Amino acid sequence: MSRLPTPITVSGPPDSRRALRRRRTGEAAMAWTFVSPAVLIIIGLSVVPIIWSLLLSFQADDLVTPSRWVGPDNYRALAQDPHFSQALRNTLLYTALYVPASMAVGLLLALALNRRIRFVGLYRTLYFVPFVVSATAQGVLFSFILDPEFGAANAVLHHLGIPSQGFLTDPSQALPVLVAISLWSGTGFCLVIYLAALQDVPASLIEAARLDGAGRLQLLRHVTLPALRPVTVFLLLWQTIESLQTFDLVYVTTKGGPLGSTTVIVYFIWQQAFQNATAGYGAASAYVLAVALGLIGLILQFVRRRVQGASA
Amino acid sequence: MTTVSAPPGAAQAASSAPRPDTRRRHPRLPFSPWHLLLAPTALLFAVPLIWVALSSVMSNAEINRFPPALWPSHLDLGGYRYVLGNAMFPRWFANSFVVSLVTVTANLVLGTLGGYAFARMRFAGSRLLLGLMLATMAIPFQLTMIPTFLVMRQLGLIDTLGALIVPSLVTPFSVFLLRQFFLSLPRELEEAAWIDGCSRLHVLWRIVLPLSRPALSTVAVLTFLSTWNDLTWPLIAINHDTQYTLQLGLTTFQGQHHTQWAAVMAGNVITVLPVLLAFLGAQKAFIQSITSTGLKG
Repeated sequence: MSRLPTPITVSGPPDSRRALRRRRTGEAAMAWTFVSPAVLIIIGLSVVPIIWSLLLSFQADDLVTPSRWVGPDNYRALAQDPHFSQALRNTLLYTALYVPASMAVGLLLALALNRRIRFVGLYRTLYFVPFVVSATAQGVLFSFILDPEFGAANAVLHHLGIPSQGFLTDPSQALPVLVAISLWSGTGFCLVIYLAALQDVPASLIEAARLDGAGRLQLLRHVTLPALRPVTVFLLLWQTIESLQTFDLVYVTTKGGPLGSTTVIVYFIWQQAFQNATAGYGAASAYVLAVALGLIGLILQFVRRRVQGASA
Repeated sequence: MTTVSAPPGAAQAASSAPRPDTRRRHPRLPFSPWHLLLAPTALLFAVPLIWVALSSVMSNAEINRFPPALWPSHLDLGGYRYVLGNAMFPRWFANSFVVSLVTVTANLVLGTLGGYAFARMRFAGSRLLLGLMLATMAIPFQLTMIPTFLVMRQLGLIDTLGALIVPSLVTPFSVFLLRQFFLSLPRELEEAAWIDGCSRLHVLWRIVLPLSRPALSTVAVLTFLSTWNDLTWPLIAINHDTQYTLQLGLTTFQGQHHTQWAAVMAGNVITVLPVLLAFLGAQKAFIQSITSTGLKG
């Protein structure tokens, strides 16, 4: 900071203000030069595609031959497509399992770490490391560990006298196993966010409650958890949006199988657009997803406003 | 630290005085009982990664017998030799590196220029543009991926690294995060230099950027993480294996070499290691980036 020029000229004579104004007139051109790359790329590759997608969703398009206008047929077909409703069910089940579990475990570990004990830094690192591992690497790693024939997981079960499991190859186990893998990588994120929020809870507040005779559980219920409410709403929004958009892990591990038991909605979209060459149909299902995400976002934004309003 | 207004000694008195304590006294452990929860869970989080590293130096015979060996009998680098020699991992690594490097650099440069203009410069339509840009952050990628594919094909970029770079040259997140940071800097510093006749670029380079390290590193860290780890877009935009990124290469390689687990795990280590080293090297910046964007949301 010390090597910066001291702002003596700001309160200087009026001619400096005139100079300021003169320089401002040439500024618009400069500003446009600064923003135009960002504007071109961001608007060009989002607003244009959104409209294009909408038009596409009313067409039959195989990405090769010219497309044909079909009106709302794609949406009508979606409503009757059993694969689409299965994908919806799978996605909702995945989200309903993953989001609360990742937040609860993250909160529990954050509460355990938010005290003066040894190795706090080491623990935090170990919990958080899986978060930076790509979904691809996670998928390859767990396909290996959970391999029904050669995997380490079944070897451990064997030692414990438990029969071998199918894991990702078993239609009734595959989705919960995917949730477990996501918990391995996603819990650290919730933990780190909760831990930072816990450290922001004013120590004076806690001490005051303690002096008033609050026990540990009362302290948690009446002081700590209410203070965490805004962060909880944020995490709920974030984790829900993330898990509704799961794709990479499914592609790497199960490719939607076995028997469609792990086909999530984004996998369905990808399959329709890029494997089955029914891009219009894919675009329509993407629109359904986007509208659902938008609604969830709006509802949670509303809740968040109210929570913040209440705590402020 | 807690009893600021109390006289010295009062804190100790308070803590030694009998207070309504509902806690039962446990037989004393030589460590905090919380470790009984924390240590096993930490092990659970660490074991899969340790297992990858161990398996990558085992022989396929050791891995493929049942039950598999839990510790390599000797250091077998066959997996790495195969992955680095016969397979295309070096090529894929270079592709990922180029894509990440260009994307991060472009986001820093274009995000700074855009963010600075939105924070400090006056021009017609700036409010509208900023609002529009912010709104695009809420658009899920799935909605834009099909038309983006068509645009990239029109540009002749499909099956080139360009298709991976162009759509993420600058993200609304980079622009917005840097704008917010620039707004938090004291304006006087810049105006003084500006009145003294420095150009905007000069002010930006000499005064603003040196103060903006934390925001720039947040943008760099998060852009690198999402670019390096992405699978969806490379899967759509790339067909030919010479243009694969590491993530795309790894999953394809696994599909083709299903029983050569040592090699697959060696490939996995190579894919994860750069991010892991970056994380361990700059852990503080990493976690701060994530919590600051998370807490301010």
